[in-house]
Amino acid sequence: MSKSPVGYYGPFGGRFVAETLIPALDELAEAFGTIVRGEAFQDEWRGLLARYVGRPTPLGEARRLARAIDPEGRALGKLWLKREDLCHTGAHKINNALGQVLLAKLMGKTRVIAETGAGQHGVATATACALFGLPCDVFMGSEDVKRQAPNVGRMKLLGARVIPVESGSRTLKDAMNEALRDWVTNVRTTYYCIGSAAGPHPYPELVATLQSVIGEEARQQVLDQQRALPDAVIACVGGGSNAIGIFRAFLPDAQVALVGVEAAGEGVQTTRHAATLGAGRVGVLHGSKSYVLCDDAGQIQEAHSISAGLDYPGVGPEHSWLKENGRARYLSATDDEALAAAALIARSEGIIPALESSHAIARIGDVARELAAARGSPVSVVLGLSGRGDKDLSTLLARLT
Amino acid sequence: MKRLEAAFDRGKVLVAYLCVGDPSVDESVELARSCVRAGADVIELGVPFSDPTADGPAIARASQRAIAAGGGLAATLRAARALRAAEPHVGIVLFGYYNPLFVRGEERAAKEAAESGVDALLVVDLPIEESSALRHAAAAHGVGFVPLLAPTSRGDRIGAVRVAAAEGPVPFVYYVSVTGVTGTTATDAGKAGARAAELRAAVGLPVVVGFGIDSREKARGAALGADGAVAGTALVRAIEEGRAPAARAEAVEKLVRELRAGVDEARPRASAS
Repeated sequence: MSKSPVGYYGPFGGRFVAETLIPALDELAEAFGTIVRGEAFQDEWRGLLARYVGRPTPLGEARRLARAIDPEGRALGKLWLKREDLCHTGAHKINNALGQVLLAKLMGKTRVIAETGAGQHGVATATACALFGLPCDVFMGSEDVKRQAPNVGRMKLLGARVIPVESGSRTLKDAMNEALRDWVTNVRTTYYCIGSAAGPHPYPELVATLQSVIGEEARQQVLDQQRALPDAVIACVGGGSNAIGIFRAFLPDAQVALVGVEAAGEGVQTTRHAATLGAGRVGVLHGSKSYVLCDDAGQIQEAHSISAGLDYPGVGPEHSWLKENGRARYLSATDDEALAAAALIARSEGIIPALESSHAIARIGDVARELAAARGSPVSVVLGLSGRGDKDLSTLLARLT
Repeated sequence: MKRLEAAFDRGKVLVAYLCVGDPSVDESVELARSCVRAGADVIELGVPFSDPTADGPAIARASQRAIAAGGGLAATLRAARALRAAEPHVGIVLFGYYNPLFVRGEERAAKEAAESGVDALLVVDLPIEESSALRHAAAAHGVGFVPLLAPTSRGDRIGAVRVAAAEGPVPFVYYVSVTGVTGTTATDAGKAGARAAELRAAVGLPVVVGFGIDSREKARGAALGADGAVAGTALVRAIEEGRAPAARAEAVEKLVRELRAGVDEARPRASAS
């Protein structure tokens, strides 16, 4: 990779925030270096991952889903599911939230704020704050408050305050705007726990570091079980934290194809999608330079996806770099494809997935067919199953039954 | 740039912010002229942005209205051109967020700003370390760059301002009075002004105080120590509340006169030459 300044992935990343926040980002970058990389933090965090989150999460073979996708088995040899849905609180988000809230505590911060889309990061942060005894305010677009009611209830039960955001599209983008406004106001005492591998430096690197536990485990597990690396690793991409978390360990393995799947909403040819890497352009949003959905005047456009966690017009800067340097490819799946994929895995494997993860499931067949054609034999695929679908029950029931 | 230098040479400066396009681009130009008539030395022409994370609810609402009315970078540059034609001596600062400038292309944006009579750029989410390309493009066209400092800024940040000033024209520094967003009521104007005076001594450039300057008293308090005061949200609110163009212009003029009086109480200006 080409040499980049600190906080950059190629030409992407940086710190594009109000001056007031720069010292706080400096402080966080220093704490990341001294505390997070230190032994005491690592012992406590990894202990929590084992005894509180339930890590390592299993890597299980999905034979019936593989046959449902590819009945004759000519393209998809083995399909492995990395089961982040089995994490405490139901998604990979807890890996990051526990790490960052522990860091907040060690930095002496007395309050934590977070933004949330699907509510998974909000629940994870509220959980971590309950565990560490810190007050927690979660900003959530009022549209998402409506469509993710179970997670709103969980956050409240965990003692967090959920603050509905009424501005703009009333989704994740606007929740993040409001969280930044709160942070700039209360920056001396408040820790901002960002949920995705996005935002200003050092957040993308901090979140990717905390989430890379997913790929470290998955790589070892797949080697243990099939005695070989997989041909492809597939994960859904909104901001991109679960994808970067599983990709990182495989980055040096050039023979492993890395595939991110964005939300195509009602179609990338329409204006109602969230395919930032597939259909966006380079811009600056929420503190970093990366691909964004914006118009010719530079105004950020509203994204759309049936899954609140992917409904975001930006993406983490490292994904922009992986797209640009060709190490990863980014595809997309529509709302309808994601719903069909959710039904398929539910009935073939007995797993109700989050709608976010369902986008990745929807592209397994295409990826396997293409790779198998190129390699001349059936391929093995690891899928990052980032979360479970309990939160999406009302959407799934309304659209599938 | 010369117009900004001249404004600070005359004495304590009053800066007025308008969100261009709220309620329309043409009326924003007229309202800017009202500000000048009532005693504003510098006009910040705000480029409305979809995601104004440094702004409170009043400017965020104004930005949404302005974008819906066709506002944005191109419209703000048109407004700058019209204001410059009508007011040859007023200082004009193009004020906004980075993405619209980045998407237009920094070189093109700087050139168009210069051609439209803009004296300097102020980009709230572009810290000095990230601003090198835009600063150099602006400098090449004779346009200045206004850095911000905040209550959280320590010595290294002041050093960064000095570096920017050594590399290109920096007409003044904008000191953010509080940790917060625009429209805050928590501003201790006198304290912010005192800090501005320290910063001026440290960087050797004029320093103005903004965020929460909404009254004669706060304008005076800020200008006692600082080289000037900036009013934004208070003007945007007056425009939001006005029912018709005449009422809006009247409310803006009245407010600017009060703020002017506050700034002049801190130290009367020399008569304009």
